[in-house]
Amino acid sequence: MSQSRRPVDPPLQPNEKLDIGALLEGLADYRPRRKGWHWREQVPDQRLYEFTYRETSKGLDRCVPLPAAHYFDNIDPQPDCVITTEIASGRPEDDIRRMRMAAWHGADHMMVIRTAGQSHMDGLLEGTPEGTGGVAVTRKQVRMTRRALDLIEDEVGRPINFHSYVSGVAGPEIAVMFAEEGVSGAHQDPQYNVLYRNINMYRSFVDAAVAKKIMAAAGIVQIDGAHNANATAVRAWKVMPELLVQHAINCAYSVAVGMPKEQIALSTVPPDASPAPCMRMDLPYAVALRDLFGDYKMRAQQNTRYMESDSREATVSHVMNLMISRLTSADIQSTITPDEGRNVPWHYNNIAAVNTAKQSLVGMDGMRDMVKIDRGAPEFASRVRELKERAVLFLEAMLRDGGYFTGVEEAYFVDSGEYPETHDDGIARSSSGGVAVGTIVPRADDYLAPVCHHFGDNHLPDGFRGAEFGEAAPCDLIGGCTLCDDRKVPFIDELDPEDNVNVRLAATAELREKGLVKPEVEWAGDGYVAVTMFLPAAERIAEAAAIEFGHQMNLIDVEVIHKQVMHPAEGTLVEIKGRLEVAIDPANLVIIDKPQPLSDEEIREFVAGKNLRCVAATVGADEHSVGMREIIDIKHGGLEKWGFHCEYLGTSVPVEKVLDAAIEHAAQVVLISTIITHGDTHRANMERLADLATEKGVRDKLLLIAGGTQVSDKLARRWGMDAGFGRKTHGLEVASFIVKTMRERGM
Amino acid sequence: MVRPDTFQEVREHLAPLTDDQLEARFWQLATECVEPMIELARTHTSPSIERSVLMRMGIDSRTCMAVVSECEKRGLLGHGAGHVVWLCMQAWDCSAPAAAAQLAADEGWDIAEAKWGGIR
Repeated sequence: MSQSRRPVDPPLQPNEKLDIGALLEGLADYRPRRKGWHWREQVPDQRLYEFTYRETSKGLDRCVPLPAAHYFDNIDPQPDCVITTEIASGRPEDDIRRMRMAAWHGADHMMVIRTAGQSHMDGLLEGTPEGTGGVAVTRKQVRMTRRALDLIEDEVGRPINFHSYVSGVAGPEIAVMFAEEGVSGAHQDPQYNVLYRNINMYRSFVDAAVAKKIMAAAGIVQIDGAHNANATAVRAWKVMPELLVQHAINCAYSVAVGMPKEQIALSTVPPDASPAPCMRMDLPYAVALRDLFGDYKMRAQQNTRYMESDSREATVSHVMNLMISRLTSADIQSTITPDEGRNVPWHYNNIAAVNTAKQSLVGMDGMRDMVKIDRGAPEFASRVRELKERAVLFLEAMLRDGGYFTGVEEAYFVDSGEYPETHDDGIARSSSGGVAVGTIVPRADDYLAPVCHHFGDNHLPDGFRGAEFGEAAPCDLIGGCTLCDDRKVPFIDELDPEDNVNVRLAATAELREKGLVKPEVEWAGDGYVAVTMFLPAAERIAEAAAIEFGHQMNLIDVEVIHKQVMHPAEGTLVEIKGRLEVAIDPANLVIIDKPQPLSDEEIREFVAGKNLRCVAATVGADEHSVGMREIIDIKHGGLEKWGFHCEYLGTSVPVEKVLDAAIEHAAQVVLISTIITHGDTHRANMERLADLATEKGVRDKLLLIAGGTQVSDKLARRWGMDAGFGRKTHGLEVASFIVKTMRERGM
Repeated sequence: MVRPDTFQEVREHLAPLTDDQLEARFWQLATECVEPMIELARTHTSPSIERSVLMRMGIDSRTCMAVVSECEKRGLLGHGAGHVVWLCMQAWDCSAPAAAAQLAADEGWDIAEAKWGGIR
């Protein structure tokens, strides 16, 4: 592979979809343009709009701000910490589209979950087979994703970290592949293999040392696996001392291998959730952890142990967890999608979770300047101390009993008692059992690995022991290794002719080629929609009825994804999902161009400069006033908000009187509301108003605007108005129209 | 073993420690705990580790799998799969991927045999 053949991709266009086919072309020659991790660039005391932020970082070039941002000049402050999104669709071609959406909302750490079972595969997978609950992590999947992320980070203007897992039986190989392909972060914790994947403990730790050494060399940030103890424990509030121990074992092991501390992140979760008094229980733990591990990075994870199918409940838990992050610290703020308790995360729930983190972190910006943890409070101080002591007692006992391996055999870990209390229900693993038992081999006296960044005994010939001995690199023995010479990295394409990205793309090609629109939650064209309904029925009846309603809506594979009793007899909230096998051709849709509203400042400035006045009335024999009130009243975000002086004449006002009032008040704008359409009353009113204005010689000085539920812009203009506004019009649209039109006409 | 919460009884020796001393003890114990595991890792290898060596030598994953499996069968893993490939590179004056491809095609194992003996 020569450098010159490396494909150079044209930049993404914000109004165009990612071209998946183009990302797959020339992939064999694509190389990542950088390696390692990126921390956000901090901007102390950042000024945005009228505010000063204490804990934000450099902004994005392109983004989707929070929904309320339009009140604040559309600013999108980016918190100080890296924000993670976890993606598990099973198809890399769909994952990367979601990553692009998440990046626009503020995620800069894309974590892809691996397919079920990959941790037990002794070797690498290749190609792009479909995964379950995550992708098959392969070189091709990693390379196409990194290639897409290189484009996406240019589009949003911030480097994006790409992350997956260096765990399982093939850890060292995955680590090499990740180092070669520019993966920025990875989970690596041999304890995870042992406890939750039942991989032989000796094999796990021997492999981990080599994997960690390679990760260290490639600048890959490591995240540990301690959060799994929390997610598995019977009583998660009892597991805190053990969590400290698990973090310590992985940290100490990594440092001993040679990984710098600033490259090591603790995956830490507030262990509890409401209705427990979780903040009071979890804060001392969060502080004890940060006291003990001050040299390390904190990856704050959301509690998943107590996550149910209620996305509202999950979001509240997330916000409380984020408050702990803000009261203590977080270098990486992880997000769990609010639907994780019901299904594999859907596109828009990744965005929801990222926004929950962004909204909360920005909202609590600088909070510690005013609100601090009272470290002197007796309950708090004694609990922090107690947790540390319990962790020390755990380590002392384990060492006394024979060390870590014995501790695992004796089920020290994931016990539901708070150490030294034990309930004898921890996870026990045998040192002579587990996946890949008996596969480690002693290194012989002449053991040789002619490559760089290799951990452990390595009997390299004199002169090739590396820079630390003032000698040539080990890989000079073989003319360079892949970690030193990028050109030596090999590429394998697809191995399975049926199960690969090309076959999957062919199945949905029509959607892309014809530009058809079909709902999706995970995969292109999956057709899934969710429907929320309140049914005035008891739970079991409501559940069955909801499925039947889904069938009546022509949904296929209908399933209940959430239900909540509102009252045992009065009713139940049910959410269902189902597939809609319909695609819509946008060419057949009638889409009316919507004028772009102006910014608040722009309108206010213009209105103030002109001292704009409106006369408004409901005309004819019409007593409706709500619609007009919404357009003009300040409390509804109406014209008064931007400084318009509005004279509301009331209901059932004759058209003549409206015009006379406009002349009397020297108004520039006349607004009439007309709801009743019997006998074309609305048409007659508009035409009469326009004619009168012409007769009185003021037509050129006035903007005549009509509104009402049956009014359309097209008809109003035909009947002599300057504009017409129908249902769901907001003051902003009317104000924008007035300012734009007056500018155009030089009024 | 089921044990009630004996925290108050067993913490007595920790009570006099300052917070700094307690934290130092925590890290001293953690370091002690990982020492034998690091020693195990330093002196042992595994099929995945050996495949990771071959990968770094520029060899594709399928060939790594074939060569390391054969090394396992022949009891050569302890000498290093990269070692075997390196010997063949020297014997044939070729690149690591070329040597590994030959080995995967069941050629050249006699070179290893000459150095370390037959299948053990």
